[in-house]
Amino acid sequence: MTSDARRPEPPAEGGYHPAPYVMPPDLARVFTTPAGRPTRIPEPPPEALKSAVTLQIDGRSISVPEGSTILEACRAEGIDVPTMCWLENLTPVNVCRVCVVEVAGSRVLAPACSRKVEPGMDVQTKSERVKASRKVVLEFLASSVDTSLAGPAAPNGDFAAYLERYGADPSRFGPPAGPAAAGEREAHGPGHHHSPSGSEAASAATVRQPVKVDNDLYVRDYSKCILCYKCVEACGDDAQNTFAIAVAGRGFDARISTEWNVGLPDSACVYCGNCIGVCPTGALMFKSEHDMRAAGTWDESAQSTTETICPYCGVGCVLDLHVQDNTIVKVTSPMDSSVTDGHLCIKGRFGFEFTQSRGPGRPGS
Amino acid sequence: MDLHVIGPLASPAERAAVDAVLGPATSGWHGGGRDARTEGHAARGGHDARARRDLLLPALHALQDRVGQITQPGLNYVCRRLSVPPAEAYGVATFYAMFATQARPPAVAHLCDDIACRLAGAEDVIADVARALGPAGEPAHDGTLSWLRSPCLGLCERAPAALFTIAGEHPRRFASAPVDAASVVGGLEASAAPADEDARASARASVPQLGDPALRLLARAGVVDPTSIDDYRAHGGFRALANAIAMGAEATIREVTDSKLMGRGGAAFPTGRKWSAVAAQPAQPHYMVCNADESEPGTFKDRVLMELDPFAVVESMTIEGFATGASRGYLYIRGEYPLAEARISHAIEAARAAGYLGPDVAGSGWSFDIEVRRGAGAYICGEETALFESIEGKRGEPRNKPPFPVEFGLFGKPTAINNVETLANVLIILGGGEGPETGDGVGGGARFAALGTEGSTGPKLFCLSGAVARPGVYEVPFGTTLRELLDLGGSVPGGRSIRAILLGGAAGVFVGPETLDTELTFEGTRAIGASLGSGVVMVFDETVDLVGTLRRIAAFFRDESCGQCVPCRVGTVRQEELLARLADPMAGSGSGAGSRSRADELALLTDIGRAMRDASICGLGQTASSAIESALRQPELVAL
Repeated sequence: MTSDARRPEPPAEGGYHPAPYVMPPDLARVFTTPAGRPTRIPEPPPEALKSAVTLQIDGRSISVPEGSTILEACRAEGIDVPTMCWLENLTPVNVCRVCVVEVAGSRVLAPACSRKVEPGMDVQTKSERVKASRKVVLEFLASSVDTSLAGPAAPNGDFAAYLERYGADPSRFGPPAGPAAAGEREAHGPGHHHSPSGSEAASAATVRQPVKVDNDLYVRDYSKCILCYKCVEACGDDAQNTFAIAVAGRGFDARISTEWNVGLPDSACVYCGNCIGVCPTGALMFKSEHDMRAAGTWDESAQSTTETICPYCGVGCVLDLHVQDNTIVKVTSPMDSSVTDGHLCIKGRFGFEFTQSRGPGRPGS
Repeated sequence: MDLHVIGPLASPAERAAVDAVLGPATSGWHGGGRDARTEGHAARGGHDARARRDLLLPALHALQDRVGQITQPGLNYVCRRLSVPPAEAYGVATFYAMFATQARPPAVAHLCDDIACRLAGAEDVIADVARALGPAGEPAHDGTLSWLRSPCLGLCERAPAALFTIAGEHPRRFASAPVDAASVVGGLEASAAPADEDARASARASVPQLGDPALRLLARAGVVDPTSIDDYRAHGGFRALANAIAMGAEATIREVTDSKLMGRGGAAFPTGRKWSAVAAQPAQPHYMVCNADESEPGTFKDRVLMELDPFAVVESMTIEGFATGASRGYLYIRGEYPLAEARISHAIEAARAAGYLGPDVAGSGWSFDIEVRRGAGAYICGEETALFESIEGKRGEPRNKPPFPVEFGLFGKPTAINNVETLANVLIILGGGEGPETGDGVGGGARFAALGTEGSTGPKLFCLSGAVARPGVYEVPFGTTLRELLDLGGSVPGGRSIRAILLGGAAGVFVGPETLDTELTFEGTRAIGASLGSGVVMVFDETVDLVGTLRRIAAFFRDESCGQCVPCRVGTVRQEELLARLADPMAGSGSGAGSRSRADELALLTDIGRAMRDASICGLGQTASSAIESALRQPELVAL
């Protein structure tokens, strides 16, 4: 149908002749179907082939597409590089420094996760210098943070295995110091810390503190936070664009915080839970998982995963339902899903209670 | 983005303070009056508001200066005005030491307890002040005033120093040195700077060589009236700018390249190469930034240049902007320098009024202007990329390099950034190479290169402090030996002998008296495993408690680490703990890490230092163990 078809018939000769109706231009835009609309969505134009860059990694000559990172080049070659703050669905922030590699001609080590490859680059991932740095950085992390839940199933893999591989011994800095009281770390102003005495320094300062439980959906245990910035990215412009959390404070007192450290219900949080999905250490956790762990009933070996599609809206997000004892205990989405990139909304991630409502007269009771 | 703002409304005083920076609110969505007919359902100005994110830091300063702290309602108002999420703004406000996000009295004395002031008895002053006013941070005198410890205030030549910040309708900030407990309490109670001293006497206290005809960088310091553009012109001012405009941008860069001038901020990068790289970038616009965030403990040369010769900074920034094709320059000055900031701001206004800044610079048809941005207590913001982040209204967290600022700098655009002293050299080069008042500038680069040594051309400023008779900023040609420089400053008071010299500040190294014949050049200091850094030469005599100094340095880096990367965030803590154990070996004996031998501790320190140096994102972490390791490597310096 073209715009002509909508035009009123020419008036007959004689009789009453009203002025012909002319549709205002902005209405016409709405009611007019453009001509020649295709019935099939056209294929996107073929992507220009990226030219290849050739570089040396551990003495091997490797070709990867231009714009790749050293990490991508390493993984394409099967060279293992540990990461903590990197995740495939987020912008690299290169803050954890466990992925550092040696680039010939560079004064300091370079983060593999964000350094782009250059032609002729000579990269060492297993040199003594690289191993020494990774070892101490892992020791720094393990001596200041509770990494007990950064296990094999965590988004960045098994932290304990990293420690073993690099021979890291966090106890070199002394036993972990006792936890801070609730709100104590948040009260530390930038630039003014308490310098330890000799006896205080016999144990290593940590970020240990009470768990923050302020809502029914998820808990924040910042004793386990390595400050990888991933939750901030997922809450911000890498996924959710809610900006409910940011890094506050400075130095060792830096922390993930809502504005003025208010509880999540008072913050801008929309409970999408995408921060949980990217957390590498279990600092952010479903409350269901947290409660089951506290009760000693959490058993990953007894859990199965069922892939399904979210029932709520038409987007069709892929869900992985983690089920234990015929009960959904956690919902995630695969990072490689083209629909979600691993991110969900509050309904997909937390809105599963109705499936297991087993009161009297309900199915399953 | 859905801006979620909770809590009570800002007070009229807070709103007025913020509006003075941002202009009045034009829309109900941003805190102004709301017209239901036009604004009932549509939010306007989101992009416009967000494009002004760089005004976040000035707005936070306005709140801090007006009410003495940043309150939640006040911050919320800024968030509405600039469309910044409150969590992010809170993250920014809690990053800077000069912003209080908890209740703080309006009048606060910030007492320097850093390296140079410690040598001058700052701990005694602090103990006296604590007796008079109570513990640090606690409100005194009915909650009207308080005091805090502070890192280096850049007044080392007159140590011990204090900075006073008095919030209110007419906020005042002033520094004072030397201070004692009585003058600190007096300054707080009077909320006013001590009566103006004789300007020339004060200049002589900072520049002991005042009046020496051989001075080039300091030729005008203490000689011209720093508030008079006419006096500046009468002393050769704006001659170099006229020369640069006459010869054109390319020739200007050529002269700077020929001069072999290297950056004086610590990294010693060739200035000409930086300028030509920025000028060649196709992306527009280009920015020019002057790094006046001089925060390295022991450094005060840039402060002296800005206080005593502010027009020279404005002129040299304009030249750099011209050469690199920039249309706007930013001068980022640390918040601890109120006098320098006032003089620079006045100089910019006077230069604008006289047509040296604005749409038609000096009649050339080229448009350029300069904005001053004040830091808020963060050493890390002296790192160039952290400085950009800070100007952009974010936490001062350094970026990973590459990309370098010449390509991706301020606001993601090509940016030429130099520190104040580097820029001061530019005036000599474009002025003809001999001094600021000679020649048409052509060949100035080659004449400049003839000064100093082959690898280090030109004159150099050194900040001499500690155990010397006449501390201050000294200008000498590169190649002068450490001994010659110390002779200029007079012998060690009391006939004592030198035990150690700190070269390059807290990020530098300690050397012993056997290095006195070292030539002070980039290559000469490198040969003894040191670096010139920011030009700090701090002298420690045999009576000094070097262990305490080392612990202060460790505490400094623990405080000033931005916390972004793991090696620096945790490494600076572990380093401080290790030093505490070494200094007090009996305290933890038998338990934990306290039972280790000295050799084990030193091996551990080596590991910590190496990881920080190799794996940290920026220069702060990379040099955080430098001075401490250098001292502990020399048992004759420190018996630990």
